This record gives sequence, structure tokens and C-alpha cells, in this order.
Amino acid sequence: MKKENYTISVYTENNIGLLNRISAIFLRRHINLESFTASVSEIKDVFRFTIVVSITEEQVKKIIGQIEKQIEVIKAFYHKDDETIYQETALYKIASKLLFEERKIQNVIKDSNANIVTVTPEFFVLEKTGRRRDVEELYNQLEPYGLMQFVRSGRISITKQKMHISKILENFGIEEELV
Amino acid sequence: METQTETLKKETKVSNKRMTGAEAVIQCLLAEGVDLIYGYPGGAIMPVYDELYKYQDQLHHVLTRHEQGATHAAQGYARTSGRVGVALATSGPGATNFVTGIADAQIDSTPMVCITGQVGSHLLGSDAFQETDIIGISTPITKWNHQITKAEDIPSVLAKAFYIARSGRPGPVLIDITKDAQFGELDFIYEKCVGVRSYKPVPKTDPSTIKEAAKLINSSKKPMIVFGQGVILGEAEEELKAFVEKAGIPSAWTILGLSALPTKHPLNVGMVGMHGNYGPNKLTNECDLLLAIGMRFDDRVTGNLETYAKQAKVIHFEIDPAEVNKNVKADVAVMGNVKNTLAQLLPLVQPNTHDSWLQEYRKYDAIEYDKVIKNELFPDKDGLSMGEVIRGINQETGGDAVIVSDVGQHQMIACRYAEFTQSKSNITSGGLGTMGFALPAAIGAKMGTPEREVVAIIGDGGYQMTIQELGTIFQTKIPVKIVVLNNDFLGMVRQWQQLFFDKRYASTEMVNPDFVKIAEGYHIKSTRITKRENLQEAIAEMIACKEPYFLEVCVEKENNVFPMIPTGASVSDVRLE
Repeated sequence: MKKENYTISVYTENNIGLLNRISAIFLRRHINLESFTASVSEIKDVFRFTIVVSITEEQVKKIIGQIEKQIEVIKAFYHKDDETIYQETALYKIASKLLFEERKIQNVIKDSNANIVTVTPEFFVLEKTGRRRDVEELYNQLEPYGLMQFVRSGRISITKQKMHISKILENFGIEEELV
Repeated sequence: METQTETLKKETKVSNKRMTGAEAVIQCLLAEGVDLIYGYPGGAIMPVYDELYKYQDQLHHVLTRHEQGATHAAQGYARTSGRVGVALATSGPGATNFVTGIADAQIDSTPMVCITGQVGSHLLGSDAFQETDIIGISTPITKWNHQITKAEDIPSVLAKAFYIARSGRPGPVLIDITKDAQFGELDFIYEKCVGVRSYKPVPKTDPSTIKEAAKLINSSKKPMIVFGQGVILGEAEEELKAFVEKAGIPSAWTILGLSALPTKHPLNVGMVGMHGNYGPNKLTNECDLLLAIGMRFDDRVTGNLETYAKQAKVIHFEIDPAEVNKNVKADVAVMGNVKNTLAQLLPLVQPNTHDSWLQEYRKYDAIEYDKVIKNELFPDKDGLSMGEVIRGINQETGGDAVIVSDVGQHQMIACRYAEFTQSKSNITSGGLGTMGFALPAAIGAKMGTPEREVVAIIGDGGYQMTIQELGTIFQTKIPVKIVVLNNDFLGMVRQWQQLFFDKRYASTEMVNPDFVKIAEGYHIKSTRITKRENLQEAIAEMIACKEPYFLEVCVEKENNVFPMIPTGASVSDVRLE
């Protein structure tokens, strides 16, 4: 079975220990995390981890089982790249003097559709949001001139299809009575 | 004794008193119907111990000689009583000594609540005296864990702890309570936990899977059941028996499923797995339908997965969705508690007998008897075999005893040859293989079912890993019977060295102390047997004894356990010699 990128979305209760529990599931199986992002979700008091891994579908199914087994996990989903809209953000810190010394940099910035977040006499900061390759392309273009700092975020993604998490939460209690 | 269900039915609200967090811990335990806990005091848990002193009439505390012993005793108690075992320890080393027992309970699905003290919350993260990150340490080996830093959180968190430990697929929960939370005050109101939003203990059963399963069963010519501990944890023994008998299906068991169906039941065909019986292992690869009931296809059961039951359709009856398709692909997965799913299945299966198929098992049994069992139970050599000791115990107890075994050759022999007439009777460390489990587990097992005979079968290696619990036995006078099968070797490792490492016996030979003298030091009645002619009488004396009793049997040093499936081999390559 071939390895592919899978985005795992985990809806959880807010619990400080949970991050540890979830990362341990990957650690035990020697699975590298391509990226890991924690945030709030569309539902009040429900949190969301967005995890990207490159594994086989059989593996990802088992991982989902293990994640959902954790008490504070409400639901976990996995999606292939083409089933999601996803983005990454990067920040590039560059010495201000380069802007005047290196004319080509100005063109790179113009062509890249990057935003200038801040400018000081010493440095300026660019922000670029997009797919990994867009972010990397800008990195490759700026790197020869010297980057003072660079940082890239984990992937955030929204699925094209619905994830029925609100329904699962609404039905809680009703289902319990039926059981 | 009150069952867990009866406890649950009781009034669940205990309310309205100002008290300390430490007293609240006791009140929570009482509200959960706990009357017995195992533990060891120390600095960070002293406020709770102080309250235990006041409540000693209602809540009996057993002082083990090591925190590991407390966890195993709680496990033994949980496994014979079906209730949640409770263990208590201090922070730091007290908490880390819990780790082995917790890991054992996790892998063997034993309901247990472990409570540890923790340094004051202002000291957390400061490397304070006896501070350890037990939440971080226990995370991968607990079903759930939580640290309490405020007294007012104690009732709700402990209620949740008990609910999680016992519901669904049971498991251990660790609750760490800082010292300031124990000293702090709260208005005590206890409400039993009846659900956790993000946690579904029992998955819904899809009725179509029951129909699909019935269809496969009714059309199968050579069906085979492998049942596991799920039957015992789900209290589904009657449902299993009714199903097995109606469908007439040969039924084998995993080591933790043992005793769920009487060993002498005509359709009980023995143990599967590495040292299981010849027939069920061989025929796993000949059946046309494999029914896995409350078991998880552990590697010791399946051997090489690439050659495991490939010819058969597989129906998996399982409560934990993460177990389905984990190791063996199921053609039909019937989710839910097997007590319910088997009951739903029963009316849909046609009465059947599979006589000629059952005869296949009996043919293999005859071969196994000839090559292995006869020599183990009725050896013609001078040296005593482990098997004849188990046979002797069967003879005296009639199969009514609880057998607690440790880990190694004696464990395999005990599980292969012990007879059981009732469920919850085989207590052993299956998944984790924890040497040192049996002695403390036997203490808990006896307390969990005081009216029954409890016999611990232990090797000379494992015995010395928790031998200090003889002190607990002496102090509590708990009448457990201890049998050490002494071959002066770490026998199972030695067997592997003989078979796979050209007899290079690296660090497996043991120079042992005088075990009888040690038992005498604890004023425990004791005997050593070295000759066959004295064996049965000694066993009879031990079983008749109303007090704790220690029996050492010096057995043949270099006997091996067969049949055996070498690691990584196929179940059908099971060896008889």
C-alpha cells in the first residue's frame, strides 16, 4: 500500500493532557508528524487538532481508531489532500537594507503576492499564505540574499465535505438513553 | 457481596457537608461502594491516610509491602469480584512503583482506580522532593488520567474515574491529587457519573451484522470459536454457553478467556496460541469460519498473521472499535457487549452439531496426549513435573478453585492443565507478562471472593520479584495458598535458550534461598516436596488448611513446555517436541 498525505482532524474537549496522549499514539508507531496544529473549532468549547502525516490508508484507519479511543476525543476524521482546502503560512524576516541594495528582491516581493507585515529601519517582515510549494518557492528566492529569520506554520485545513461533529454532540445524551 | 450493578442502582447522591479534600476522597470511595483498598502511605498522600484512620470501620486498607503489590492486589480483586480495584500511593517513587501494575491492567483491560498524592500545586514543575510527572508517565498506560489541584474538583473527577474504569472496555485510571487539594476544603456533593460527552463506552450494534453473522454460522461446515476475556468482562458466560451449545461449535479460548466456559464442557477444545493445544492451533488454519468473541488477536494467539486463518471467514464480536481489523481483517464485525450481541444472535442460529468436525479436534487431542500431556501429567521419570502438581491441585479442588499464576513455564502449564468449573477463576498476567504478578494478585483475588479457594502458582524467579508481599499475607492472615514450582531456573527463558540459542544459558540459572525458611520467617505454614510419593498428601494438606500456606515443589530442572509455536511461525506449525 502506498504512503500518502493524510490530514487528520481531531475534535476534542479541552484537556491539557490530551496533546500528550495523541502525540504518543504516533510516537509509539514511529510515525513522523508533517505538521501539528491546535486551535479552537467552530463549536464552543470544542478544540481541534489538525495533523498531517504521510502514511498508508490502512495505517491511518488504525490511528483514527486509537485516537478516538481516548476519552476526551469526540471524533476524529481523516482526509486526503484533494478532499480538503488547506493552507500554510510563513513569515520571512529580512534586513531592510537589502531592499535598497538588491533591486531583484523588490521584484520577488511584488511577484509573490506576499504581504509586508511590518517595516523598521533594521528589518522588514513578509507574510505568505498558500500551499507548501508557494511558501517554499518564496523561501528559495529570498534565501540567497540572506534571511534573518524564517518560520512556517503547520497546515490548517477545511474539508470539502461536512464533518457531522455538531450532530454527534447534539445527539449525546439522547443516544445514551437508547442504549 | 454486593455486585457492581447493585452498587450502581443505589442512591447516587451523597450530599452537603463541608470537609477537606482528603475526607472527600474517602467519601467518594464509599459512595462508589468501595470497602477495600490497597496502598502504601507517604508524604504527599498523608492527609488521605489521616482520614482513612478515621474511616477504618467502613473502608478497609490493606498495607502491601510495595506499591507494585498494591496495584496487582487491586487487579486480582477486580478480576475475581468484577468490581473496580482501588490502589493508593504517595507521589514520586510511590507513584512510579504503580507503573507496572497500571500497564498490566491496561493491556489486560482490568478496571482499576489508582490514586496518587502529589506535591503541593505551588511546587509543581520545581523538581520538589518526591515530585514526579506521574501524569506524563502514566498517560500511555492508562485509559484516562487526571491531576486534581483544587479540592472542589475531587468529587466530580473521582466519579468520572470510576465510571471510565468500569464502563465499556474496562481499564486503569490514575488520579493524581496535589497535597493542597487534599488539605483544601469543599462543600461535598457526590453525583455518580453517568456519561462523558466525548466517550462512548459501548458502540451501537448494527442489527444487519447480527443477521450476517447468523447467515455465515448457519452455512458453515467447519466453524470454530475463539473466546477471550470479553466474555468474562461482559458477564456473558451464560450467553456464550447457550450459543456454543445451540450451534454446536468447537470452542477454544485465549489465556484470559480461560474459565468463561467450564474446561470439561464437551465443546471446549482448549487453548489457542503459543503454548495452546495442538488441535485448536492446527485447525485454526482449517476451519471455514472463525468466530472471535471478545478477544483481540494478540500475537501470542495468532503467530504469523500472514498465515493465520486465511482460508476462513472471520466474525469479530468486539466492544472496542480500535480492535476491529487491527490485526486480523473481519468479514463481519459485530460491535457491542458480547452479552447483548450473543443474546441477539442466539435465536437466529439453527441448532446444529458438528460431530465429524469436532472429531478432528479429538484426533489431534489424542496425538497431543500421547506426545505431550501423558508425560506432563503422569511422568515416568523420577523428577517431578509441573503438570502433575496442577493435576494434584485439580484433584483436591475439583476445579472449583481460583488459580492465580505468575509468568513463565508454570503459567503455561497451569493454564493448560488447571480445571475450572466457574468463571473469573483464572487470574494471570496475559498481555504484559508481568513476573511477580501472582503473589500480590492472589491476595486481592482472595479478598475479591473470600468464600473460594485461591491457589497461586508461581515460579522461583517471579516469586522473588514480589516475595515481600508475604508480609502482607502474614499481617492480613489472608488464607491464600502459595505453590512455588521451583526448577532453579528462569525456565521459560532457559527453554528458549535451549531451543533457539544453542543452550547458552545466559543468566537463567538461579541460586535460590531456602523458601521454606523465608515463609517460616513470616509464620506461614510451609512444606517442601521433592518426591512424588509425598506430593498429593502435601497438596491435600495445603488445600485443607484454613490459614495461608506455602508449598514448594522442586520440579525437574530442564523440562520444556510443549506444544509450542515458535515466534513468527504459523499456528499450523505448532511443534510437539
